[in-house]
Amino acid sequence: MSNYVPHTQGEIREMLKVIGVSSIDELFTDIKPELKPESFNLPEGKSESEVVEYMKGLASRNNNPLVNFLGAGFYDHYIPVAVDALAARSEFYTAYTPYQPEASQGWLQAHYEYQTVICELTGLDVSNASLYDGGTAIYEGLKMAIRITGKKKVILDSGINLIYRTMLYTYTANLSLEFIETPVVHGQSSREEIYKYLDDKTAAVILQNPNFFGAIDDHSDIVEKAHASGALVIQSVYPVALGILKTPGATGVDIAVGEGQSLGIPLSFGGPYLGFMAVKKDFVRQMPGRIVGATVDKDGKRGYVLTLQAREQHIRREKATSNICSNEALCALRAAIYLSLLGKSGIRELARLNFEKAEFAKSLLDRIPGVSVKKSSPTFNEFTVLLPKNADEVVGKMIKKGFAAGFPLGRFYKGMDNYLLVTLTEKRTKGEIERYALAMEEVLCS
Amino acid sequence: MQLIFEKGAKGRKGVKLPESDLPIKPEFPKKYMRDKEPSLPEVSEQDVVRHFSNLSRLNFSLDTNFYPLGSCTMKYNPKFTEKIASFEGFSETHPLLPHLPGGEALVQGSLEVLYQTERLLSEITGMHAFTMQPLAGAHGELTGTMLIAAYHRNKGNRKKYVIVPDSSHGTNPSSAAIAGYEVIVVATDKTGCMDLTEFKSKLNKDVAAVMLTCPNTLGIFEPQIKEICDAAHKVDALSYYDGANLNAILGKVRPGDIGFDVIHVNLHKTFSTPHGGGGPGAGPVGVSKALVDFLPLPRIIKRPDSSLGLECDCPLSIGYIAPFYGNFGVILRTYAYIMFLGKSGLIEVSEAAVLNANYCRALLKKYFDLPYDRTCMHECVFSASRQKDKSGVTALDIAKYLIDKGMHPPTIYFPLIVKEALMIEPTETESKQTLDSFVEVMREIAGLAESDPQKIKDAPKHAPVKRLDEVRAARDLDLRWKP
Amino acid sequence: MNILENLLYTKEHEWLKIEGNLATVGITDYAQRLLGDITFVELPKAGDKAAQGKQFASVESIKAASDVYAPLSGKIIKVNTALADSPQLVNQYPYTEGWFVVIEIENEKEKQDLLSGADYKKYLEGLPK
Repeated sequence: MSNYVPHTQGEIREMLKVIGVSSIDELFTDIKPELKPESFNLPEGKSESEVVEYMKGLASRNNNPLVNFLGAGFYDHYIPVAVDALAARSEFYTAYTPYQPEASQGWLQAHYEYQTVICELTGLDVSNASLYDGGTAIYEGLKMAIRITGKKKVILDSGINLIYRTMLYTYTANLSLEFIETPVVHGQSSREEIYKYLDDKTAAVILQNPNFFGAIDDHSDIVEKAHASGALVIQSVYPVALGILKTPGATGVDIAVGEGQSLGIPLSFGGPYLGFMAVKKDFVRQMPGRIVGATVDKDGKRGYVLTLQAREQHIRREKATSNICSNEALCALRAAIYLSLLGKSGIRELARLNFEKAEFAKSLLDRIPGVSVKKSSPTFNEFTVLLPKNADEVVGKMIKKGFAAGFPLGRFYKGMDNYLLVTLTEKRTKGEIERYALAMEEVLCS
Repeated sequence: MQLIFEKGAKGRKGVKLPESDLPIKPEFPKKYMRDKEPSLPEVSEQDVVRHFSNLSRLNFSLDTNFYPLGSCTMKYNPKFTEKIASFEGFSETHPLLPHLPGGEALVQGSLEVLYQTERLLSEITGMHAFTMQPLAGAHGELTGTMLIAAYHRNKGNRKKYVIVPDSSHGTNPSSAAIAGYEVIVVATDKTGCMDLTEFKSKLNKDVAAVMLTCPNTLGIFEPQIKEICDAAHKVDALSYYDGANLNAILGKVRPGDIGFDVIHVNLHKTFSTPHGGGGPGAGPVGVSKALVDFLPLPRIIKRPDSSLGLECDCPLSIGYIAPFYGNFGVILRTYAYIMFLGKSGLIEVSEAAVLNANYCRALLKKYFDLPYDRTCMHECVFSASRQKDKSGVTALDIAKYLIDKGMHPPTIYFPLIVKEALMIEPTETESKQTLDSFVEVMREIAGLAESDPQKIKDAPKHAPVKRLDEVRAARDLDLRWKP
Repeated sequence: MNILENLLYTKEHEWLKIEGNLATVGITDYAQRLLGDITFVELPKAGDKAAQGKQFASVESIKAASDVYAPLSGKIIKVNTALADSPQLVNQYPYTEGWFVVIEIENEKEKQDLLSGADYKKYLEGLPK
């Protein structure tokens, strides 16, 4: 009775009688005897307290008191406790997809509010109700661009997170697309290289802002050229930066995507995260994923429903815009709550704080002999430093001093073995940044 | 209810950010600055808490309502796993840590969770190895189909088609198409199983794989499943097992033993992680020995000193399908759930799930048409055709009446091959009393369909809204609030 | 069910009004009833080529999406732009204001494949309910 199955032996007997069989085994006769499992060698169950204690032990084996200067697309922002408290309401987390709108108005309205905040942040017209993560969101954006343009060539800026670029190659291995990767020059997208390859066969130019090196850019000129040759522009963005940074909408971008983890979602060793997507309204019917729309009920009262469902796999099957079914609704809810708490001025303040901390860290690191902070382009809360030693080695030594010092760029980019990507969020205090710079100096000068 | 944007007052804030303690005040370059502030809400923390708390109360949920949504396995979600997911050692670990020098040593706890869950799922399904990376069921299907494509590419096979039965979930043909295959559909026969003759006639050397859900979406275990699998193998087509309905067969049969090459499992269904209003889920993929080398990167491996690590040097791998190791927070809950239930507990899950579905089937069959009248597994599919023909009461009307009675409706109009379908999956955690009250309401509906059909057609009357105009929503798109 | 005598039909439930070498095409009353409230019609562009039996348009309702197949081959010379904002015209006036496109007929022989009003009616009666 302790396994969440409520039946007593007496009830089981009554139920079997109603069904007209004498044993539970009789219900499984469609499984022929020769198909019985060859083994089912699992441990027997444990009590709740035993499992909790065991898992607590595992969690403590992760317990590293490192001060975090590591980001690279996934950020250690503070999450207000109200986000956890509200997302932990089981009327949200134990519900499923709002297929029955009259029984799901809470979820549907929350999605509508989420779609609104994503549109506001990105400056674009319409948003869906979430995708899996920032990487699959780029892939979905690319598929959209291919459907819309009917073309197969893709220009990929190498300032896009390498993990995401690799994901694109995996997903399209069977689809005979042509990819061209263009370099980052002085921290920013190389116009020259992009224009060299941009032609009337190009489906999309894919960019990231801020890019993987932390540099910010204004891609308006690329957008203009891309549109002139009939290509769409997809831009992957960091939502916290959009508190201050020029929006994809104002840049003229067609499809904005990104990783929403920094909007109130814990790092949690890689997931669950949140892929977001906002597009120009002309492309709404090509957008993947669920979309919530407002309407009225029989009495004229405002209400919300899933809409444009004819795009989706449960209706259009092999012709659907995407195969996505389960999404990241609960993470989208967290993002909506987080952005509601921050509000109009809070998101700007937060972005500013992140930017300022990074500038302060830059100024301290730049004073260390042999260290040079790359300044060819402005950055948001992340920047690249050239070290006098191998960055991998330095990071290893910094771990011993209690710091996750950043991401060694040589791991993703050839020839960048001495480069380190350093990330600051609002959580890092002046004291921590000073201690970090001091430790770095010790490591480099020892 | 008002939107959050319609509440609050200009200048009101819901968080207090730290004051800058820096000696400098750098200026963000104007050229890159956004020109207009986003119109986010201006509300207090209490405004936000009250708003979202009240929104939550407009939902039906598993913790508040019976939720027999077919194909979705809405079983009780244990509370202790929520506590485990909130341990800081798990929730605050950066996914790039193991990529740093010496970093693997800092995440041994998380790697252990992934490694052990892979082993447990392999044993439960009889597969050789698992990847935990796919982020949802459909993502698992896509991963599986890409593994199949990689297998054929590596062998020099040029194959074009994937076979799916017409009873399949929409994600099956959609995933196959997105991976670059054309889809061949095989009809369902009178017994509710895939038509074997038609299948064999459509199977040829250009077929890359056959995708099957078993038990299928009618809740029927295909007795000929091994024959289908073997026939596919004869033309070097692989067999894909959609594990959406695994809840019916734990400890009763293992897809790996039958001969399946690829399987995905929905952790948010069979392994009881919360559905979260539509996600996150997780769709780990298991493979036979022949496909192990193609699994996505990185692989979790045990090093000679028995510590765990990440392996990225796998030349045949399809590459990265997710940025890291899957939806770790979901996998964590699964691991705890399996450990809690153990071997006997898991077998009991399937036995009770099948018992509950058959109990509903036996009691409801007097009142509703049962197009495939035979023992079912974890779910049964009725049809409201009789009611529709007699009095115009549709599956949709029945769903709305159930809402008035405080019960979440079954899945309706799916599978597509059953007219006016009502797909009922009670799950193992519902008691006989709950099932009896559900049957009672369904009996009342069947009666009303004869005596007072308008009463059903007018439902819901007690929900937060009455029936919504979905046509208007699709014709006059209103997808966001505007300032 | 409304079937107009002066039109030609296909088994895919399209109607054609042929004037000289031009054919105006739409979907039948039967088709629009089956689909229910139509929410979106995706049409080809004027100038596109249609090939008999190949998809050239699609129709969406709330819970369904259906492809529409070209009844004849030829160049699309006109499309009904009113459907973009008012897809309900297909429900309200399937044989008049709800027309889809005008095709310039390329191959007269293809006309042999079309059904008369009486034949279409018979065909509908033979369909399983």
